[in-house]
Formats: sequence, structure tokens, C-alpha cells
Amino acid sequence: MITARLLSGRMTAWDVAFLLLLLALALVVPLLNLVPGSDSSFHVSSYMVSVLGKYLCYALLALAIDLVWGYCGILSLGHGAFFALGGYAMGMHLMRNIDGRGVYGHPVLPDFMVFLNWDELPWYWLGFDLFPFAMLMVVLVPGALAFLLGWFAFRSRVTGVYLSIVTQAMTFALMLAFFQNDLGFGGSDGLTDFRDLLGVSLTADGMRSSLFAASAIILALAYLACRLIVSSKLGRVLVGVRDAEARLRFLGYRAERFKLAVWTFSAMLAGIAGALYVPQVGIINPGEFAPAKSIEAVVWVAVGGRGFLVGGPIGAVVVNAFKTFFTGNFADYWLFFLGGLFVFVTLFLPQGLFGWARDRLSSRKGGDGG
Amino acid sequence: MLCGGAATAAVPDAGLTSEQLEQLGERNLRVVETAVADIAASGSPVALEVLQALQDGRLYRRQADGVTLVATRVGGVLVYSDPLIGTLGEPLADADVTLIRVSNRIRRALSAAIASLSLDSEDPAVRLAAARQFIDSPDSDLLEAIETALVDEPDGRVRNELEVARAAAIASDPGQSEEARREAVDRLAEAGSSRARRVLLGMFIEEGSELDARRDAAVEVIDRNLARWQQIQNLWHGVSLGSVLLLAAMGLAITFGVMGVINMAHGEMIMIGAYTTFVVQGILRGISPALAEVSLLIALPVAFLVAGLIGVFIERTVIRRLYSRPLETLLATWGISLILQQLVRTFFGASNQRVETPSWLSGSMEFGQIMITYNRLAILIFALVMLAAVILLLKKTPLGLHIRAVTQNRKMAESMGIRSDRVDMLTFGLGSGIAGVAGVALSQIANVSPNLGQGYIIDSFMVIVFGGVGNLFGTLVGAMTLGITTQLVEPTLGAVAAKVLILVFIIIFIQFRPRGLFPQKGRAAE
Repeated sequence: MITARLLSGRMTAWDVAFLLLLLALALVVPLLNLVPGSDSSFHVSSYMVSVLGKYLCYALLALAIDLVWGYCGILSLGHGAFFALGGYAMGMHLMRNIDGRGVYGHPVLPDFMVFLNWDELPWYWLGFDLFPFAMLMVVLVPGALAFLLGWFAFRSRVTGVYLSIVTQAMTFALMLAFFQNDLGFGGSDGLTDFRDLLGVSLTADGMRSSLFAASAIILALAYLACRLIVSSKLGRVLVGVRDAEARLRFLGYRAERFKLAVWTFSAMLAGIAGALYVPQVGIINPGEFAPAKSIEAVVWVAVGGRGFLVGGPIGAVVVNAFKTFFTGNFADYWLFFLGGLFVFVTLFLPQGLFGWARDRLSSRKGGDGG
Repeated sequence: MLCGGAATAAVPDAGLTSEQLEQLGERNLRVVETAVADIAASGSPVALEVLQALQDGRLYRRQADGVTLVATRVGGVLVYSDPLIGTLGEPLADADVTLIRVSNRIRRALSAAIASLSLDSEDPAVRLAAARQFIDSPDSDLLEAIETALVDEPDGRVRNELEVARAAAIASDPGQSEEARREAVDRLAEAGSSRARRVLLGMFIEEGSELDARRDAAVEVIDRNLARWQQIQNLWHGVSLGSVLLLAAMGLAITFGVMGVINMAHGEMIMIGAYTTFVVQGILRGISPALAEVSLLIALPVAFLVAGLIGVFIERTVIRRLYSRPLETLLATWGISLILQQLVRTFFGASNQRVETPSWLSGSMEFGQIMITYNRLAILIFALVMLAAVILLLKKTPLGLHIRAVTQNRKMAESMGIRSDRVDMLTFGLGSGIAGVAGVALSQIANVSPNLGQGYIIDSFMVIVFGGVGNLFGTLVGAMTLGITTQLVEPTLGAVAAKVLILVFIIIFIQFRPRGLFPQKGRAAE
């Protein structure tokens, strides 16, 4: 009831459509995967479920980026780091759940630690066998890192491209660190060979469908939360920060506090996206920290249209659908296409696909709808 | 097919007889010893080669007629040659010859003979190597030879090493007087090299004696000296890395620093410069091998033009439309970098290309206890020359004046009649061209692959942000500071941890000096 009252008048038709679409997906895709036989034309293969689930995780990451970039003017080139940290936290939990079924059969230590001749679990791996603790870490670790970085950066008014480069350096440094074997996260191979989650095998069909449904529902909840934020008074302050930070400060607002709060929240969302991503693709490695991954995620948002919330998820799905198509058929041309997309969208679609489509629709109606 | 090493050039000479050579294979050690001494005293140009072959176990006797042959390993196969005649008419099978072995007693006589022969060499480098050989295997039997060589050695470095060799021979010989050995230990300590340290540790000394204490003190002195040189070596590596960073960042200092354009395709301009070098070298080698030696010099202007024109093209088509939106520029230029990488990958393949190092850049020189390679030295000098040239260009030419005017106040510059959009185009072309030239230099030390630029882009941004935007002197200080710090931290922490530490340091640094070490002052700053 409270939610309903909170949301009344704040949701546009687009929001409702998007949320309904997510809920429908959460119901229909698992049903089509589980109920029809594999020869039926309605059947959605388990592989397809995983691919779609992956897209939803990317959509959540794009939503997180849109929140800070579209509404707060912070262009993060390091959100991939938060995504990967969340993924690693989930990966550690899954590693602990292998329970002696690894290649070396050690009751506690993951295979790579046995391989490195380690005797006991490092302290920072303790507790990850407990699901609630691991889920807490999924949001706390990226959140804490973002809070630290933001605390220093926003307080000393590091803005614009400087902040972008700092975030890029952050994810680059993390990538180098995670490639190290002695850091205790599996080095360049990362964490993989997962067995089960909450006692159910990851390869079971029911598991894949459940993960997909969970991704869709969590994306819907995150979307609601973001909509609440940007349509509240806080959201208006954020837009003020984006458009005229100095003026806002002269009006007496502590701009850095608002930025810090939203920045940290966004990093947590990215962490959740990573945690949902890992069990669906079955691996997490330091490649996820690569600066190119973060910047690609920014382009999803640019393609979909920033500053609309729904634009980020749309862009993530559209670009990744293209990626799946290209890498399957014309692998050599994917980078040409992606690079061209970067240039084309920034030059000709500053509002992204969503902004462009909405403008076209409203101009056809001849009114100011939408 | 038959090329028997240096023996090819040998001519029959009166100084060396085949009997003497045959005596080397005798069983009677005294005969062999005399033969070694005779050969050494013969003054023959091949004497050294024969004795060296005997010591290395490369001297053979032909079973058919007992003639002594020198074997040289050519491409994994032994090729035999007669030291008196030269190469053999037809190749010999390994079964046709027997190896001439040497006993320990002969070996000692041999080293003495070889060393004194080497000391007679015309080439100071050979004499230096001989002197070092003496230090590595100190032998008091060689003292006389060393003393003789010292009398008329003109080269100071060789003299110095010979003195150390003498000290090593005396110190290692328990038969020498206590007094003489003490002096020798002091001389070794003064030499301060790791060679001298090995001699000291290998000395045969009664434990607890005065000499023992003296030796320990000497080793400590050397350790301190070596540690100091290690620091200097690290410093040199740091300066060298700094010069690489400076080269990589200089073009960015123009495009980002002066124009404020975030050019993520900057690294690809460096990569294009390196590939231009590869292509120019290939073409020149096709024309004449002699031209390949100067291909780097020819590649410099070509790379400047190629990268510069690509830069101008990018500025005209993309960047010009995005001047008011820096964050979008970042994304668009990143897209351009992806396209350029993939273009190069399509035309040249994904693997590394080999860019040859000309002979005048290969090799190294010794400076005290450290090695300095010529290509690293050349990059340092080149980077500094480039920096001076760019500063001169900005400060002393009309184009530089226009660039600075547009940077400081675009509106005002326009009202003074400066065509600012043309200046933008030329500035971006200039920055890209400089990156291309940097690529020529970096092709000497980096892997020339489509990913070459990716390795430099983040470092370059760090240098600019650290040094202060829009200040080339800041770029120099930034590059050197980052280079030297990295190399000084690296030995204790390892390469990756050092890199992570530097990035963390810069992230923290930006918090306190958001505009870098040397921020721009005045109205242009905001």
C-alpha cells in the first residue's frame, strides 16, 4: 500500500510497461523452458535461458550506470570493477560449495589453493560458505570501495573527465591485482568449476530458470528503487548536481553527500548484477575488470539513452544481442561495428535509441506526450 | 658450406709447425707442456685459436694421418679445419677424428698461455676480457704475465682490471706473504665489483686470522658499493621508463593538455607509428639492405605524416562536433580506437610484427657496475629532443602562438582574426603526429601488435593528470617521477604490485591536487 502511494504519479506508462515486461519474462521464459518438450517449437533451450539471464544482468549493470551518469553526471569507467567484485563474492561462495568434489578432492580448499600448496583458507575467505554472509558481501564490498573512492573524490571536487580516468585507473589496478596468483582469487583462471547453489546443481534446468526469474525480478525491484530515487526530491537535487553543481552548492546543498549516496548505491546494484551473472555463466575471472568491459557497459547506456532509466537496460540488451549475432557469424567485424556504434551514437543519437523513439512518437502525435 | 670460423683466414706461417701441433696430442705431459709454451711463444696469429680450442675441448686428431684439427660448431654441426692450411677440402665425419684431452696440469699451463696471448691482442676489448678471465680464475702462476702486461698497457680500464687481477692472484695464493695478501684484499675491496667479491669469498684463509677479518670487512665494503650501484641501476631503469612514458604522453599532452580533448585513440596513434616503421623498413630492405640501417630515421617523418593525417581526419569528422561535450568525446574516440585496432588486425594479422634494430642501436655500454643499452639511451635522448622541439614549437612559432591563444581564450583569439577551427585541426594533427613519432621509437622496445597502444593509454593519462594539464614541463616531471618511482619500488614489491601501488598513489594524489603538480593558473583553469 505504501509503495503504491509512493509510486502514484511518479511512474510513467513506460515504467509500467517495462516492469510488466520483466514480470512476464520471469514467468514465461522458465515455463517455456520447463514445460514443452525439447522438440516443441515453443521450447526455450536451457542455453537460451542462460543467455537471456546474462542479458538481464548486463541490463542491471546498465541501470546502475544510467543512475549515476544520466541523473548525476558522473561518467564511471569503472563500474565493471563493482560488477566483478560482486561476481567474485558470489564465486567465492560457489567455490566453498564445491565441498571436496574438486579435482584434488580437498575438503575445504578450492583446487587452485591446493595447486599453490596452501595449507589453510586465507582469512578473507572465511564465512563465504554461508549464503547470507556471501550475499551481504556482494553488496558490501563494491559499496565500501565505491564509498571510499567517492568520499575522497567528491570531497575534493574531482569531477568530469578526471573522475572518469580515476575510475578507469581503479578497475585497471584491480585487474592487475586479481591476475596475481598469491592474492588468493585464482589468478588469471579466476573462479570456476562451480557445482551447486543452495544445494541445487547449477546445471539443473530448474536452476537455470530460477536464476533467470530471479534476475528479472531483481532487475524489476532495482528499477523501482531507482525510479523512487530519481522521482523524489533527492532525484531533483541529483539533476541539479548534473546540470549546475556550483550553483547548487551556492544554494547551500552539500552536493558531494548526495553524489556519494547515489554513487555507492549504484555500485551495490552493479555488485548484485555481477553476483547474478556468475552462476549463469559459470566463471568469473580478472578479465571482467578490464577497462574495455566497463567502457562497453557505458556504451550500452549511451545506445539505449541515458537519463531515462529504461534506456540503460534497453541498450544493454540491444547491443549484446548484436554482439551474440556478430561473434557467432562475423567475429572479425564485431569491433568495427562496436566502434562505429560508439561514434554514431555520440554524434547522431545523443539521447540514445529510447530518446530518439520517444521524440519520434511524440512528434507524430503532434503533442507533448510521453 | 665449409666455413671453419677464424681458421678460414689463416695462412701457413713459419712460426707454427705441424710437429708442435701434433705434440699437443702426446701422452707425455712434459712434451705437451713444452708444445704449449712453444706455440704460445711462436707469435703465430693462430696460436691463440689453437690453444683456446685445446682448452675448450675442440681440438681433434685426424685418425688417418695424425694431423691436428680445430673444430668449430656451426649450426649444431662440428666443422673441422686445419689451423695451418685453413678449411678442409671435404667435410670429415665425427668418427674420423679423436678428441685431444687435457690433464689438469696442462690446463693450468694453457690458461696462462692463453691469457698472456690474449693480453697481446690489439683489441682492448679482448685484453679486457682476458683480464676479467684472470680475476674469475685467479692463479699466481699468471702473476708474471700480468706484471708484464701491466708495464705497457695503454688503456686505463684494462690497466685497472689487470691490477685487480694481480690482487686476485696474490690474495688467492696462500703461499704469498701475509702483508702482500692484505694489500691485495684492500685492492679488491677498492675494485668493488661482484667479480672481486667472488675472489674474496673464494680465498683460502685460516679462520679467525687477521686476514680473515680484513676479508670480511672488504666483502662488506663491496656489498655496500654494489648496493649503491644497484640503486643507480634502478634509477637508470626508472629514467628509461620515464622517457618511454614521456614519449607516449607527449602527444596526449597536446590533445588533452592543450585542447582538453579526451583522445582515447591516442594509444592507437602510437601503434600506427610503430606499424609505419614496420612497413617503411620492409620497403627499404627490399630496395637495399644498407637503407634498412637508416629506416628508423626515414620512418620518423613518415610516421608523423601518417598519424598526423589520420588525426586531422578524425578531428574534422568526429571531434569537431563534440567540443562542448568532453565525456562524449571520450566515448567516440574509444570507438575510433576499436576501429583502428581492428583495421590493423585485418591488414597485418593479430600477431607481433618484427621491427629490426639497426646495428647502431644494438649493443650496450658499461658504466661502473651497470649496463646501459644503446636503444634505451637513444629513446631517452630522443624523448628529450622531442620535448624541446615541441616546447619550441609552442613558444616560438606562429602556429604555437595561435594554439596558445585559442587555448587561453577562444573568443578573444577569434576576434583577433585567428581561425580557431583551423588551429584545432592542426593542434590535433600535431598531437597525433607526435604520438606516431613516439611509435617509431617505441617499436624498438615494445611488441608491435594491434594492442600496442592499449598498454600506453592509461599510463599516458596518469602522466598528464599527475603532471598537470596543459603544461609540457609538468609532463616531463610527471613521466620521470612515475618512471623512477615504479622502478625503485619494483625490486621489493614485484612489477604488478608496483604498478597497482602507483595507480593507487595517483588516485589519492588527485584527491589532494585535483589539477596535478603544475596546475594552470588564471582564467583558463576553470
